[in-house]
Amino acid sequence: METKILQANLLELIRRTSAELPGDVKQAIAKGLRKEKKDSSGQYALQVISDNIGMAKVNSLPICQDTGTIICYAELPSWCDEKTFRKTYERAVVKATKVGYLRQNSVDSITGVNSGNNLGPGNPAYHFHPAKGKSLTVKMMLKGGGSENMSAQYSLPDNRIGAGRDLEGVRRCLLDAVVNAQGKGCGPGILGVCVGGDRGSGYVAAKETLFRLLDDKNDDKRLAKLERQIMKEANSLGIGPMGFGGETTLLGVKITHRNRVPASFFVSVAYMCWAFRRNGFQMGEGGKISRWLYES
Amino acid sequence: MLLEAPFTEEKIRALKVGDKVEITGLIYTGRDAVHKYLHDGGKPPVDLKDSIIYHCGPVVVKEKGKWVVKAAGPTTSIREEPYQGPLMEQYGIRAVIGKGGMGPKTLKYCQKVGAVYFHAVGGAAQVLAERVVDVPNVHLAEKFGSPEAIWEFQVERFPVVVTMDSHGNSLHDQVLAASSDRLKDILG
Repeated sequence: METKILQANLLELIRRTSAELPGDVKQAIAKGLRKEKKDSSGQYALQVISDNIGMAKVNSLPICQDTGTIICYAELPSWCDEKTFRKTYERAVVKATKVGYLRQNSVDSITGVNSGNNLGPGNPAYHFHPAKGKSLTVKMMLKGGGSENMSAQYSLPDNRIGAGRDLEGVRRCLLDAVVNAQGKGCGPGILGVCVGGDRGSGYVAAKETLFRLLDDKNDDKRLAKLERQIMKEANSLGIGPMGFGGETTLLGVKITHRNRVPASFFVSVAYMCWAFRRNGFQMGEGGKISRWLYES
Repeated sequence: MLLEAPFTEEKIRALKVGDKVEITGLIYTGRDAVHKYLHDGGKPPVDLKDSIIYHCGPVVVKEKGKWVVKAAGPTTSIREEPYQGPLMEQYGIRAVIGKGGMGPKTLKYCQKVGAVYFHAVGGAAQVLAERVVDVPNVHLAEKFGSPEAIWEFQVERFPVVVTMDSHGNSLHDQVLAASSDRLKDILG
């Protein structure tokens, strides 16, 4: 494999992810903007957001200065081994930091020292899977600290919010998470949710389900119904863009599930901000990108 | 509405929660390190009388000998809650700009000294950077590092919303109360 071409492709992936929002997110924001009352603070916030998305793309600069945790998912075919991939991805990350697609965002948790190049224990965060076919698939997400701080994990039953171990209990968790976040996670937000799993796998699955398109439909009819219900109910709370009040509190809800042990029932909620930065590509062994996973 | 320097108590007292304001004049960035420094008795390198402090860790680069702001969105303000009010009183700070709002202590000081909280749109790093037309100076950069330094930003029509005013009103409290009530209704 020619690592030079892979590195160039990965750098372009990082640039696109940081500077350009996918089409499904832009459409959801445009739809929200149409719904907000004329001259309201909510409409104003969404207008600034919308202008910002346009400017970031034109200037090829970060949509938000918090370029977040770098989360990378790769499906590796036989011609690309994990070690080579990591090395190449990290070179692309260092370059992206140097040219300003990424902020220096990796801090040693013990000493407080910033590594300056976005590398360090656990950074970037990788999730590897074997590829089914011959293509290499790379997906990435940039998740800022403001939104990550509003993520939440519930252990059911939860007396405070009257949530039992069923889908009604899950509903109560999700609405509680939205009210608790208010505008602090830079809403309108998107919820990635996992019902079940352990504390670790639950959060991982909750984040991963955010790769679904905002306007798709859950294959699981029960979860599809819950997603629709939460969207409707959350958007009736009046929290609005940035918590200024208004109609658009959530842009999407995506729910997945994992089996659990009989003693545990976790509901993990990954709160994502409006600057919902995710993208990916598929690439053949020759280095040609056959497809970008999200339309711009 | 427009708010132009000097940022006098009279102008600030006239603002109400929900007002959409465009600020023109000189403002100073300051976040965690600066607030702690001033709180611990550090001497302010600039005159903070009738000033506006922006909770922001900007990306600033030097191009052709001049500072240029590449990204300048607000950071979460609540971390400065222990310090903000007393510093407003001690130095005559008239307003802060940030995101996410602040708590009851700051709200009380806003009322007492005649100050407000402006909310900038979180994440809007490009729109906000464009409104910084000049960077005349930077202070404490060696001590605290670039994002934590006090940057002097000359801003033009910098867009914000008043979410806490000097009359005891907080939009954050109002929206939290209304949405919590609404949730109770939904859950029956």
